Amino acid sequence: MRVYSRFRMSDSQPAISVRQLVKNYAGVPAVSNISFDVARGEIVGFLGPNGAGKSTTMRILTGFLPASSGEVHVCGHPVATHAEAVKRVIGYMPENNPLPEDMRVSEYLYYRGRLKELPRRRLSSRLDEVLDLCDLKRVRHRIIGKLSKGYRQRVGIAEAILAEPPVIIMDEPTIGLDPHQILIVRDLIASLRGRMTVIISSHILPEIEMTCDRVLIINQGRLVASGPPAQLKRDLLGPARYELELAGDLEPLPALLATIDPSLQLADSPRTEPDAEGFRRLFLTAAPSEEFGERILRALTADDRFRVRGFSRAHATLEDVFLAATKRSWDVVDETPGRKIENPKSKIQNP
Amino acid sequence: MRHLFTILGHEIRMLLVNPSTYIAAVLFLLLMGFVFAGILESYSGVPQETSPAVVFFQLFWIPVFFMVPLLTMKSISEERRLGTLETLLTTPISTTEVVLGKFGAAYFLYLLLWSATAGFFVIVQRFSGDVNFLDVNRLVGGYAFIAVSGLLFVSLGIFASSLSRNQAVAGILGFVMLFVLVIGLRFAASVEAMKLEVMIPVRTVIDYAQVFTHLDDFSRGVVDTRQLIFYLSGTTLTLLFSILGIEAKQIHS
Repeated sequence: MRVYSRFRMSDSQPAISVRQLVKNYAGVPAVSNISFDVARGEIVGFLGPNGAGKSTTMRILTGFLPASSGEVHVCGHPVATHAEAVKRVIGYMPENNPLPEDMRVSEYLYYRGRLKELPRRRLSSRLDEVLDLCDLKRVRHRIIGKLSKGYRQRVGIAEAILAEPPVIIMDEPTIGLDPHQILIVRDLIASLRGRMTVIISSHILPEIEMTCDRVLIINQGRLVASGPPAQLKRDLLGPARYELELAGDLEPLPALLATIDPSLQLADSPRTEPDAEGFRRLFLTAAPSEEFGERILRALTADDRFRVRGFSRAHATLEDVFLAATKRSWDVVDETPGRKIENPKSKIQNP
Repeated sequence: MRHLFTILGHEIRMLLVNPSTYIAAVLFLLLMGFVFAGILESYSGVPQETSPAVVFFQLFWIPVFFMVPLLTMKSISEERRLGTLETLLTTPISTTEVVLGKFGAAYFLYLLLWSATAGFFVIVQRFSGDVNFLDVNRLVGGYAFIAVSGLLFVSLGIFASSLSRNQAVAGILGFVMLFVLVIGLRFAASVEAMKLEVMIPVRTVIDYAQVFTHLDDFSRGVVDTRQLIFYLSGTTLTLLFSILGIEAKQIHS
């Protein structure tokens, strides 16, 4: 059992700690046995297909939904018994960002500020700050129901960060925004780095990849992968791939590759037929740990049996990781702080 | 409980800036004006035994059936439909504060509308110059009844609103509950089966809960603590059920 103090906490304590969280809806498991920690000041992305249990987990973190079993602590406060204390340290933006239709932006934020126990004097200056931060100054006197989606979304974000809570939980903050607005929201979230702990869920993977320090992938209520985006790519996707446009006889190629590194191999597929000038596209696979690009290129250009027109390393995206992680029904990654991810023996997923 | 006034203030403000409130108010006053004019007309024809105030308050159920569901049906069901209940309940507010705030605001408006009808009596008194029309004792009794019974009526409306995310369903549910309470119990008391010996305990309960009897007592100036307890405990119970209803839906959502 974790020892916690009600209103003070040490810096080493994680902002959020979830242990063996289970949630059943009328017997149907939505979240089964999830455990993770989120450090202070960390930005964590929550990934998963629809119905994976992202929103349910977030709602449990906020104290809005009770868990079926398990332990959740937010800033040291147990959610199950001290929901009041937890609600004081979080800013939450639910899925679809519900807002009252018939209030003005500044009115709404003022009301929310009062509910979040911001003192009246502090509130008006903070309101200006937040409106400025979210670029809402122009619409502060407009009625929320008449705002465009992008503005509404920013009102929701402004509301979440209004009381400067140590933990911010946002369920799909970028849904329905155009690329320009996504950029603004991403910068906004990035500007919170270090000051606040942020958990966001999203379907837009590049978003998560760019803003988040760490990614949690859940599927069918289980945590299937967790770690920094770069590490996930390395661990989940296995061998690195190189793409090559080459003309010449392929017979001696494997032998040449073997001299560079034994792990380097010519992939069987996809292999195209030579075009009019005799060039064909080939794929090479190699152990992920090292970078062979320069040596391959040097060896190929030095050898006059081959002519090289193009050479590149195929960059895996988080999307591939996501697909790889959510496709199979495999072992749950039981995350304990500082522990690395098990390297799953799985097939490579490539675009 | 310190958020209660924040919510109460917000709810009253939202009711006062909402055009539908004014439409409801105009319709209410129009209806009550017609009723009042009708009463005066019958009084100008034939001399009556009771004062116009008594007859006026005996028709309290006409506006109650329509006004209370209209005022309350939106309160919680709309929040649930829009999903703002979730944002509301993830701030440091308890469900109790939310329900009490919404109840308080609806009750405030209910009283405000009824107090506007006091104008009728003032106008009649001024133009007729007859003090008898302003039967102060009866009026005070009548308005006291409205204020006390309104607690239960409005809380029933809030309860109905907490049960459904659909405003119309909440409104109809509220109407049915009020109808059963006011008319249904009166009807039940007159059912033949109630005269049987075995039904005596049931009949006693029903007799206690006769809203029209309460009205008579109030307007005669009799304040029975049993009636006060009936309304106050009924209100507490209904609000408690609303709070439990919201929390139960949260758990089983």
